[in-house]
Amino acid sequence: MSKILIVAELDGNSLNSSTRKCVACAAATGADSIDVLILSDQCGAAAAAAAQIAGVNKVLTVEAAHNAAPLAAVLAPQIAAAAPGYTHVFGPSTTFGKDVMPRVAALLGVGQVSDIMSVVSDRSFTRPVYAGNAILSVEVPADKIVVATVRTASWQDAPDGGTAAIEALNVDCAIPGHTRFVELASAASERPDLQTAKKVVSGGRGVGSEENFALIYKLADKLGAGVGASRAAVDAGYVANDMQVGQTGKIIAPELYVAIGISGAIQHLTGIKDAGTIVAINKDPEAPIFEIADIGLVGDLFDIVPELEQKL
Amino acid sequence: MEKILVCIKRVVDYNVRIRVKPDGTGVVTDGVKMSVNPFDEIAVEEALRLREAGKASEVIVATIGDSESQQQLRTGLAMGADRAILIETAAGVDPLTAAHAFRALVEQENPDLVIMGKQAIDDDCNQTGQMLAAIWDRPQATFASKLEVEGSTARVTREVDAGLETIEVDLPAVVTTDLRLNEPRYVKLPDIMKAKKKPLETLQLADLVSDTGEQIVATHWATPAARSKGVMVSSVDELLGALKDKGLLA
Ligand SMILES: Cc1cc2nc3c(=O)[nH]c(=O)nc-3n(C[C@H](O)[C@H](O)[C@H](O)COP(=O)(O)OP(=O)(O)OC[C@H]3O[C@@H](n4cnc5c(N)ncnc54)[C@H](O)[C@@H]3O)c2cc1C
Ligand SMILES: Nc1ncnc2c1ncn2[C@@H]1O[C@H](COP(=O)(O)O)[C@@H](O)[C@H]1O
Repeated sequence: MSKILIVAELDGNSLNSSTRKCVACAAATGADSIDVLILSDQCGAAAAAAAQIAGVNKVLTVEAAHNAAPLAAVLAPQIAAAAPGYTHVFGPSTTFGKDVMPRVAALLGVGQVSDIMSVVSDRSFTRPVYAGNAILSVEVPADKIVVATVRTASWQDAPDGGTAAIEALNVDCAIPGHTRFVELASAASERPDLQTAKKVVSGGRGVGSEENFALIYKLADKLGAGVGASRAAVDAGYVANDMQVGQTGKIIAPELYVAIGISGAIQHLTGIKDAGTIVAINKDPEAPIFEIADIGLVGDLFDIVPELEQKL
Repeated sequence: MEKILVCIKRVVDYNVRIRVKPDGTGVVTDGVKMSVNPFDEIAVEEALRLREAGKASEVIVATIGDSESQQQLRTGLAMGADRAILIETAAGVDPLTAAHAFRALVEQENPDLVIMGKQAIDDDCNQTGQMLAAIWDRPQATFASKLEVEGSTARVTREVDAGLETIEVDLPAVVTTDLRLNEPRYVKLPDIMKAKKKPLETLQLADLVSDTGEQIVATHWATPAARSKGVMVSSVDELLGALKDKGLLA
């Protein structure tokens, strides 16, 4: 009998699609039931969305003013209080889940399985280690609750089709006051979200400047693509940090990934291994990116990208 | 602020090409270059900057590992840490055990701030700091790209998927570093000589943590499936053709 609780991630008041990936992973374990837990100051819209996901049995809401911002120190004791009775607690392997889930695991006195790539059985999983250069199989002992994060790039969105009941949950725990939310600065963008976009165009240090990144944006807009970057491009200040792709940035799996002026360091490649088709444009024929690219074009990006954009 | 504790882990250097052992029992580490986990080097640097700014008086580096890990502690000392603590164990530790060991160390040392890396680049777990904060019942500020300490609070900017989040935490607290927090200093030869004279204390893991039993059992390591070999094209027109063939362009 496995009963899985999924900790939902919210963007403001709406459900982040990472929650659907967690449901897909939970379903792959052959779970007997899957519940979704929503902690927010306004749970309504997210709860309604979660209730429609196929495979979800129940949506539990904890609506309180102190849940307005996703502070791990505030959320973790509530999640731990909701956990008894479940055999598994899953969250997404996004910065939200990476922050809160280990805190939940420690409160429950168990280890955590980070970044589930595939399910072998309800207690056995594979996960990437060494920046994805090795795949580790792990097993959680039978007497322990399984706390895990789900590597979102490895899973499809669980589709709609469910009609789960929504219930308010009372959790009995102290809420710490030692951690306070101040602000969230996001660069608003009209472009498709990097983590869910079907196509992504990324620029690296080779792009050379913030101004030159306009080339990347133009090409992305022609393709209807999201825009990413290498760490070198972020560090150099060409683009914002939330555009970084790779081991320490976003792990993505678009149908098409176009790497422009990116050398292909292993830490970058970790972030794109699951992409459908990888296109590389680089002036150095020896660049390691060509070792994993499906289509490679050697040349100067300042000639190639405008021509490509114009011919699309 | 009196003390800052920095946790540093000995890991395979990030430039090493990782090879999985043919029998699937781990990755090859014999004769491989080992270093301080890059995120932990950033943690040491941040602690030193706080001390240099007069915000802290002592920086302690600590690690859990075998006696070889003394090398990484010496690196921390050469960077400028005041003293080092080795929590010795022959076997590797999982994040929960590491967190319990650091919890015991915190009990002894009473630091005002613990700075750790956000993730060790060997296990890629990204757990230990959060777990320490949980069992210590103190705040956590993970993935920090900016840290300002003012009196008994710290204001931390965090790199999150949506952008940059700022939170305020009461001290003592656990902060985990992201790559853009700072750029660690280079260690100079005289500093390495000086570091040899700095105090390095050794504790036994078994004396700090009673149950070091395995939580999650690693059963098998495998090499990831390679992507199939691609094609090189020689013009934009060929590139467009290849994309159309794959059905990626109308
Ligand atoms: C712990 C750790 C974690 C890391 N995490 C990440 C991560 O998450 N993501 C990440 O990306 N990196 C990460 N890195 C950094 C990574 O190792 C590389 O340094 C980085 O990816 C390099 O970025 P780049 O390819 O843009 O720059 P470079 O390596 O400098 O490559 C620039 C490329 O542009 C090409 N070029 C230059 N001019 C032109 C032109 N006119 N036309 C065409 N091509 C041109 C060059 O030939 C070169 O190949 C991490 C490093 C460490 C140590
Ligand atoms: N054995 C260890 N010795 C010292 N620090 C450690 C150890 N294990 C984990 N840490 C610290 O915890 C951070 C996160 O590690 P992990 O949770 O394994 O990804 C690291 O960057 C270190 O700061």
